[in-house]
Amino acid sequence: MNRTGITILAAFVSSWVLSSAAFAQSRVPADVKLADDQTFTYRVLDELSSLDPQVVEDTIGSELARDLFEGLMNQDELGNLEPGVATKFDVNDDNTVYTFTLRDNALWSNGDQVTAHDFVYGWQRATDPELASPYQWYMELMSIKNAAEIIKGEKPKEELGVKAVDDLTFEVTLTNPIPYFPQMTTHATTFPTHKGVIEKHGDQWTKPENMVSNGAYVLTEHLPNERSVRERNTKYWNNENTVLDKVVALVINDENVALTRFLAGELDRTDVPAGQFPRLQKEYPGVAISYPRLCNYYYTFNLSDSGPEVFKDIRVRQALALAVDRKIITQNVMAGGQPEAYTFTPAAVSGFEPPTTEMAQMSQADRDARAKALLAEAGYGDDNKLSFDMIYNTSDAHKKVAVALSQMWKQKLGAEVNLGNMEWKVFLETRGNQDFQLARGAWCGDYNEASTFLDLLDSESGYNDGKFNNAELDSLLEQAKVSNEPAALYTQIEQIIAAELPVIPIYHYAGVYMIDSDLGNWPVTNVQQNWYSKNLYKIAE
Amino acid sequence: MFAYTIKRLLIAVPTILMLVVACFFLMHAAPGGPFTSERPLPPAVLANIEARYGLDQPLWKQLWDYLTNIVLYFDFGPSFKFKDRDVNDVIAQGFPISLTYGFLSFLVATIVGLSLGIAAAIRHNTWIDYLAVGLGIAAQALPNFVMGPILILVFTLWLGWLPGGGWNGGQWPYLIMPVIALSTSYMGSIARLTRSSMLEVLNSNFIRTARAKGLSDRSIIWRHALKPTLMPVVTYLGPVFVYVLTGSVFVDIYFSTGGLGQAYVGSALSRDYAILLGVTILYGALTVAVSLIIDLAYAWLDPKIRY
Amino acid sequence: MFVLALMLLFVLFGPSIAKWSNEEIDWAALGDIQHLGVPSVESGHYFGTDELGRDLYARTIQATGTSLLVGLIGAAMALLVGTTWGVIAGFVGGRVDNLMMRIVDVLLAIPNVLVIILILVVVGRSFIALFIALGAVSWLSMARIVRAQTLTLKNREFIEAARAGGVSEIMIIWRHILPNLMGVVIVYASLLVPEMIFAESFISFLGLGISEPYTSLGALIAEGARTMGYGTLWQIAFPLFFYVTIIITMFYIGDGLRDALDPKDR
Repeated sequence: MNRTGITILAAFVSSWVLSSAAFAQSRVPADVKLADDQTFTYRVLDELSSLDPQVVEDTIGSELARDLFEGLMNQDELGNLEPGVATKFDVNDDNTVYTFTLRDNALWSNGDQVTAHDFVYGWQRATDPELASPYQWYMELMSIKNAAEIIKGEKPKEELGVKAVDDLTFEVTLTNPIPYFPQMTTHATTFPTHKGVIEKHGDQWTKPENMVSNGAYVLTEHLPNERSVRERNTKYWNNENTVLDKVVALVINDENVALTRFLAGELDRTDVPAGQFPRLQKEYPGVAISYPRLCNYYYTFNLSDSGPEVFKDIRVRQALALAVDRKIITQNVMAGGQPEAYTFTPAAVSGFEPPTTEMAQMSQADRDARAKALLAEAGYGDDNKLSFDMIYNTSDAHKKVAVALSQMWKQKLGAEVNLGNMEWKVFLETRGNQDFQLARGAWCGDYNEASTFLDLLDSESGYNDGKFNNAELDSLLEQAKVSNEPAALYTQIEQIIAAELPVIPIYHYAGVYMIDSDLGNWPVTNVQQNWYSKNLYKIAE
Repeated sequence: MFAYTIKRLLIAVPTILMLVVACFFLMHAAPGGPFTSERPLPPAVLANIEARYGLDQPLWKQLWDYLTNIVLYFDFGPSFKFKDRDVNDVIAQGFPISLTYGFLSFLVATIVGLSLGIAAAIRHNTWIDYLAVGLGIAAQALPNFVMGPILILVFTLWLGWLPGGGWNGGQWPYLIMPVIALSTSYMGSIARLTRSSMLEVLNSNFIRTARAKGLSDRSIIWRHALKPTLMPVVTYLGPVFVYVLTGSVFVDIYFSTGGLGQAYVGSALSRDYAILLGVTILYGALTVAVSLIIDLAYAWLDPKIRY
Repeated sequence: MFVLALMLLFVLFGPSIAKWSNEEIDWAALGDIQHLGVPSVESGHYFGTDELGRDLYARTIQATGTSLLVGLIGAAMALLVGTTWGVIAGFVGGRVDNLMMRIVDVLLAIPNVLVIILILVVVGRSFIALFIALGAVSWLSMARIVRAQTLTLKNREFIEAARAGGVSEIMIIWRHILPNLMGVVIVYASLLVPEMIFAESFISFLGLGISEPYTSLGALIAEGARTMGYGTLWQIAFPLFFYVTIIITMFYIGDGLRDALDPKDR
């Protein structure tokens, strides 16, 4: 949901109610005939990090967590809020105290009722230094009272600003007004957990035989690095409108093998390897699909003291950025329907209005000519060749992009580019220590708002590996945080980026998948790709 | 021989200890830690995590705690990456899988490889020799990462005979492709080593003497030539045995078997210190054990060898 | 030998008839590799193009050269270090043997990934670092094989005869042990060559070794294997052909050398 939108919502409606009946209906259109076998099988790249909602940190694990557990709020196919365990919430005038009213028919898979106490337990647990969840920072980001102190170990976790007023009323106190707070409760870290079960089984509680959950599904099988199986939770409050009986996630590391197995009919959903989309789209229309995602892909210059002198010349940065033929990268190299990038923030981010930059409007031929002129002006030519190193982490797709870029620079600008690939952790360490000249970067938004991207270029940001330092940008970001109309500020920030070019935006990600045509209601429009198995169904063929 | 075995078993303990210490320091010297990520964690959170896993202690203390936990409780620590699981879990789940497909592959590779090699040497420079050499080279020519995708393309997509991956408790349809892929890569080497070693033995004086005595070919080969032939082959098989039993990362990646091979390589890449050390210890213990068995086998193959 | 010579000729003189360099992207072909990237004499891509529209002919030539070098030097290093280590351990025996072989056991069990990454950190990326890494991972099993052979050899009659004749230990090793080892050692070294070729692609994956735009047969085969199912079979066929040729050549060289060096035939 867009931040402006939420602000308006919060300003005009201090209480948010939706008749749960409207949403408790089945998502299956009347004219669809359902298949007999309601099993959905999909490929995941890697083993999940954890099944504990408070601990899980990866996408794959979060997908499971959203099926197995249910938080206060859910997202619908568009990414808008819909009721989860909470049916309504009220907020005080200054947006600092939220009161959620829970439904009385929500049950745990062992039959116990889901109460406000389970949320209190889960939220306290998430901040507990002893559990040491890597997502503790999320609770701090939510600005819950005392969260920061508890994480630092200065206060006991019982002092967290959450309270069970009664079994069905959950109250949260914030330190700062956060209008989009309800949106944040769709995240796995905030899901309830069952105190009795966790205390009984300790760190073994996420084993299928021990786990008790409150989502639409229960975990029935988990074979690490091979598969996990979740099946319908008959105790779930909306069980009668849940269509899929069984959801199987298969771990297949190799995307080409996964595609082969998809074509052999073993999978209902898998990723499309880079470059294969056009062919697959032709051969399997409607099955190979692509939609925008909230991620960017860029190369960052090292502008710190340890960076090379050449990149401190703005003309060199401009020339390199101009000479990148983004059309070739997006249409021929990646070829998965990725949008070309001339801004740092993807255009798909809601409420973000990308500025019309000069570069975006030029033709590639003009850009190339301009790049050559700029470089000549900066003093580089045949007798004084521009030369630099660029690094990327080992991966087939990154390699292709890097090679294509280096060839563009070499052929158009006569630059000597030395490519170096690195194993992931070494790469992160090297980039984090500013031990590079030009490095690959990518970022996926934590939430659907431009600041999640733009914050990366804040001079104070720990993620700013290129050490770009621009006082105006910093101050605009500061203003945007408290502004009710941040969109214009974000556009202004993008203009600074387009002028200064601390990074070369290459493209914005697309989700490129093979999705079997008998799978109904895949939320292609949810740019964060928060999907729920309970909303999917299999159509009879 | 008995005394020698006891002595070697006693040496095994310091050997493995040395392995642990070496691996421990190498691991910490490698850039990036288990919690290095694209999104660096806030300092307070990182401090909590490091405290939980004991990474805030000085290195010698970490090593000491690690060793005492193993000795006292047989506890190899929690995984840093898979937060619900500990090392014992990971090994208990992955090792039986690797053991199953690994052992089968080892058997297949050894039996086929030895037969091919012996047949080729006995019928040196006949069509049998050429066929065996050809098969050996063909087996070597397709590395695991070519073999895996080819098998899946052929047997899963085109013929539809076998499932494209998974383990399913090790039912045989799930086993066939991993075993073929893994065994072929060693089969060729075994065949070639056996062949050349056997040719050498057949050319040596004592076989010539035996021949001169008028012994039958069959008895020469089985009674006299086979044992010395096996010396280098057995040496080669030792590390292969250990490697194959602890799983192949290629098999795990292409066939989603969930074995230890992938857990091992994955742990090194993600700097999951505990799993890496745990599997290394298992690997080291097997290496030490197998190298003892091989040394004992030498004495059996060549009675003149004394230790 | 003849085949190897042919291959060397190919590596040396192949580039002169190439129309493309190994790094140049054929932008026109990039859009539709499946059809425009097929091997053809007209387009100048005799072996077709790789997935990025680079000429596979030029790349295969460059890769064959690199891989031959990597395979031969890697195997040679294993041969040198492994043989020395193994002969000493096997011949001296006793405590020295025990200590040396336990060191081998420990080194065998240390994860290669760690060793390679640390070499990268200490030495940095270079061709020399690659050979250090290759050597580091390959000499261990050679040492074991050599030791095993030495163990049997040192009890043979002719060694005992030499010893009784007052020949010094070093001369015994040099004159009698080493020549008799060579048969198995050379065959094993020729087996190591293909192993080295693939070890290189793993080492390069970790960031040590060969980096784009340079390539090796291991990397080309791995790339080709990925796209095998997508109608671009030539991407694996050509590199694999050269790789198999190397294996076959190694086989005959191994056998030939063994016969030539066999002391019994002299």
